[in-house]
Amino acid sequence: MIEDVIVDDWVKVCETSDLIPGTGVAVALGKEQVAVFKLRKDEAVYAISNYDPIGKANVLSRGITGSVGDKIVVSSPLYKQHFDLKTGECLEDEDASVKTYAVRVHEGGIQLQYNS
Amino acid sequence: MSKQRIVVVGNGMVGHHYVETLAATDLDVEITVLGGETRPAYDRVHLSEVFDGKKPEELSMTTREHYKSLGITAHFGDPVTAINRDSKTVTTELGRTFVYDKLIMATGSYAFVPPIPGKDAKHCLTYRTIDDLGEIKASAKGVKKGVVVGGGLLGLECANALQNLGLESHVVEFAPALMGVQLDEGGSKMLRRKIEGLGVHIHTGKATSEIVEGDEHRLRMNFADGEHLETDLIVFSAGIRPYDQLARDAGLEVGERGGIVIDYHCRTTDSDIYAVGECATLGNFIYGLVAPGYRMAEAAVSQLTEEKVSFAGADMSTKLKLLGVEVGSVGDAHGRTEGAQCYSYCDENAEVYKSIVVSKDNTKLLGAVLVGDTSEYDTLLQYMLNEIDLPESPEAFILPSVEGAAPALGADALPDSAMVCSCYAVTKGDLCNAVQEGAHTMGAIKEVTSASTGCGGCAALAKQVMDSELLKLGVEVNNDICEHFAHTRQELVDIVRSTKIKTFDEMLEKHGKGHGCEICKPTIGSILASYWNEYVLKEEHIALQDTNDIFLGNMQKDGTYSVVPRVQGGEITPEKLIVLGEVAKEFDLYTKITGGQRIDLFGAQLHELPTIWQKLIDAGFETGHAYGKSLRTAKSCVGSTWCRYGVDDSVGLAINLENRYKGLRTPHKFKLGVSGCTRECAEAQSKDIGVIATETGWNLYVCGNGGMRPRHADLFASDLDEKTLVKYIDRFLMFYIRTADRLQRTSVWLENLEGGLDYLKAVVIDDSLNIGSELEGEMAINIENYQCEWKTTIDNDERLKRFNHFINSPETDNSLRYVKERGQRRPAREDESEDVIRLVS
Ligand code: SRM
Ligand SMILES: Cc1cc2nc3c(=O)[nH]c(=O)nc-3n(C[C@H](O)[C@H](O)[C@H](O)COP(=O)(O)OP(=O)(O)OC[C@H]3O[C@@H](n4cnc5c(N)ncnc54)[C@H](O)[C@@H]3O)c2cc1C
Ligand code: SF4
Ligand code: FES
Repeated sequence: MIEDVIVDDWVKVCETSDLIPGTGVAVALGKEQVAVFKLRKDEAVYAISNYDPIGKANVLSRGITGSVGDKIVVSSPLYKQHFDLKTGECLEDEDASVKTYAVRVHEGGIQLQYNS
Repeated sequence: MSKQRIVVVGNGMVGHHYVETLAATDLDVEITVLGGETRPAYDRVHLSEVFDGKKPEELSMTTREHYKSLGITAHFGDPVTAINRDSKTVTTELGRTFVYDKLIMATGSYAFVPPIPGKDAKHCLTYRTIDDLGEIKASAKGVKKGVVVGGGLLGLECANALQNLGLESHVVEFAPALMGVQLDEGGSKMLRRKIEGLGVHIHTGKATSEIVEGDEHRLRMNFADGEHLETDLIVFSAGIRPYDQLARDAGLEVGERGGIVIDYHCRTTDSDIYAVGECATLGNFIYGLVAPGYRMAEAAVSQLTEEKVSFAGADMSTKLKLLGVEVGSVGDAHGRTEGAQCYSYCDENAEVYKSIVVSKDNTKLLGAVLVGDTSEYDTLLQYMLNEIDLPESPEAFILPSVEGAAPALGADALPDSAMVCSCYAVTKGDLCNAVQEGAHTMGAIKEVTSASTGCGGCAALAKQVMDSELLKLGVEVNNDICEHFAHTRQELVDIVRSTKIKTFDEMLEKHGKGHGCEICKPTIGSILASYWNEYVLKEEHIALQDTNDIFLGNMQKDGTYSVVPRVQGGEITPEKLIVLGEVAKEFDLYTKITGGQRIDLFGAQLHELPTIWQKLIDAGFETGHAYGKSLRTAKSCVGSTWCRYGVDDSVGLAINLENRYKGLRTPHKFKLGVSGCTRECAEAQSKDIGVIATETGWNLYVCGNGGMRPRHADLFASDLDEKTLVKYIDRFLMFYIRTADRLQRTSVWLENLEGGLDYLKAVVIDDSLNIGSELEGEMAINIENYQCEWKTTIDNDERLKRFNHFINSPETDNSLRYVKERGQRRPAREDESEDVIRLVS
């Protein structure tokens, strides 16, 4: 595990430049796996759990991002269900919703909030 | 008053239809069914499918239980032996007696066996019932040769069946031509040519004088001209004869050529007895098809109700496939109407014959014969039935469709009374009503109207009618690819080609809205790649790719990937095989030979992929694009290199083609196959593009498919040299890229392409759109820009960063669990907890 740089309880997980617009990466946050995304058009950053409860594998960071109506989503690479990047809600199956994390761009890095 | 007692003799297709129709009325009747065969009604029309593997049960049209539930008394396997008109009773073989108020004769017909000495020998059979099928199968066991006597429709179908049973099959016909009833001379000749090409031996103008014991085979047929033919079995199919003996014995009038005489109300000369189906004759004509039989049954039922429908004859047009050969006959095929004129077209190269018969004044269609290609059948039939005025030059219907050909008759041009489904008498008007009442899919249409649930021949036309009616109702058939682009894939292609847009962002900005999604992104990514063929992982393209394309491997159920290097044509050196083995061993990858003649290594984690591929590339492998919507494999057979039958180098051609088209991004994946001779060991005819070697050059087949809905490829061009072959394939593929829908395999694309195969041939072979060189140019750009994406990726440090499970940690996915099975590792199931292996990094 790389050394966590703790600022308040925000943790830097990667460089902003690691995130290619429109794609995601997986980061380790303690024992948890988090998928962090940057959108293409507005450059906003989102973070949700990396675990796809339907496909049952840690793969959400590798899905395609986009929008459904005004919701910003990622589509699972396994079976294509959509997860709302802001709320973690699974659009096809409410019971399969996932955890979201507070995330921000700070001093050139992407930071996640511990225990968020 | 007590209930009317209706007794139906015979439970074939028509008898059954009578019962169903009667039961569906609100008449209060007591129905008794007396069937001579041991089983309830079944679909005789599709009898031959049993030889293709269908089970006899699958043909059944009803069951004893179903009749019971309708309150019908039914006895099977006990034929009626006498009608007593005085007491109004019938008696059966087992001595049962039934009283009737109305009697319905639906006894059908039997196969006619000409009075040839020796005709009753063992292994002389007929073909009419399921029991006959069993006997033919039993007789064919272990022997080599079979003869069908009779070259009519049923005889040829039977010859096909014998061939399916693995016999060398012969047809012996007394007349000089095949299917003389339905076809004119030219059609009959072409049919013969095609059928002989399929290996069936045809002997016309042969009268059999006797059947005796054979020397080399069981039987020997001696012909009147002194020749003879030996065979192991004989099936008589020399016409049908109505079962009318009961009626004769009871003193009912029968026709000159047999058949119980009926009037327009299907009534016999006894007003309490009706006859329907093949046992009946109207105006000395026996209607040997099921649709007219159904009409008779309905007419007969209506006599018991207020509304009396009459049966005044029926159209005997037919369309069918005999031994895979399409044959169609419409109306007055022989031009017997006074003053009739005929147009005909014959192409011996493509083996197609078409003729039409028109009225004296050239304005109405009277009949038609189609052999080898029946695509105009529906149109011609509608012109004939509805007496629609012919276009100025009616010959355009049968001339090969290039430019200016007569358009297929759109559903809109038909009058509401046009009969679309003749099996169930469903008119265009009926279909439109059904659509208006909410049947918006073919499934619903079938359920509500029964259209297209009989022989199925009307399916295409029925769908056209439905679609056009939906359009009129304003039920929009929305073809936009997704909510972000109000365009079809084809429109997006046109935009890319004409505006030379090179990125998704530009596309979205100018022509779309929102952020895009998992549908439009890969679709547009694929179109961009088809035209500009840039590295798919370039910064501006990477987010468009499905995970499989991003990581250049197929994601498996646990999030790991598969590794499939290209093995062109399936040819591989021992050295390369060893490398694959070594790599698989080192990374403990599950190893399997794929259905595409190459090797798949499963279970690689993201961080392992670059190292694995480095080793493979060092050994001379390239990416196999198993992940892309692009060329998968060119399957080949060993061909002339080793095979004693090979006529050309199929492996060499497969390798050349695979190298030419590898990496090409297409609307869906596509596959090639090359076989070295007609034995077709590479199964090329199940591929999008199939090539088969012949003594005179390569034959090109297109638009085959395995998978979910298999489709046999169509012969596209024959006897090509390699250069022409490649030119056609270049054009074909680029035209597919230009016009197909997303995720539409070539098979489905062709089926939806207006103008079908002929149109495609015109575009590719005759260059009718004048875009041939443009298409070739687009392909050239692709070939020039080919790169092995794995090689490019390995040389790119920025990209390699992504090949880690975490961006901020060297750790790997700790949720992966495996078990060993048959010596290899596979993902553990959730319920497996014993012997689970966890990968440690
Ligand atoms: C590996 C393999 C099975 C095997 O163990 O043999 C395979 C595996 C897959 N096939 Fe296949 N198909 C494989 C040969 C075939 C064949 C046989 C052939 O090519 O001769 C067919 C039928 C032929 C055809 O395509 O016409 C075939 C018809 C399909 C289809 C149905 C396509 C259709 O049009 O009906 C799909 C689904 C799709 O593409 O939408 C599919 C999809 C898949 C996918 C991609 C499913 C998925 O999304 O995970 C599988 C992933 C492979 C992987 O992870 O590497 N696979 N698949 C074969 C790889 C061949 C190769 O060397 O590349
Ligand atoms: C191989 C084959 C392929 C065909 N293909 C086509 C096609 O593609 N298109 C098409 O339109 N038509 C086709 N036909 C013709 C079609 O099957 C007939 O037109 C249709 O079956 C006629 O129905 P039916 O009820 O009049 O006679 P059948 O179906 O023959 O039924 C008559 C029934 O009555 C029974 N019976 C006879 N005498 C008695 C008795 N005394 N007591 C009790 N029961 C009795 C018989 O055993 C039989 O079960 C084909 C026929 C065959 C054999
Ligand atoms: S048949 Fe189904 S399970 Fe088998 S490889 Fe193809 S897609 Fe996978
Ligand atoms: S015409 Fe036979 S099912 Fe419609």
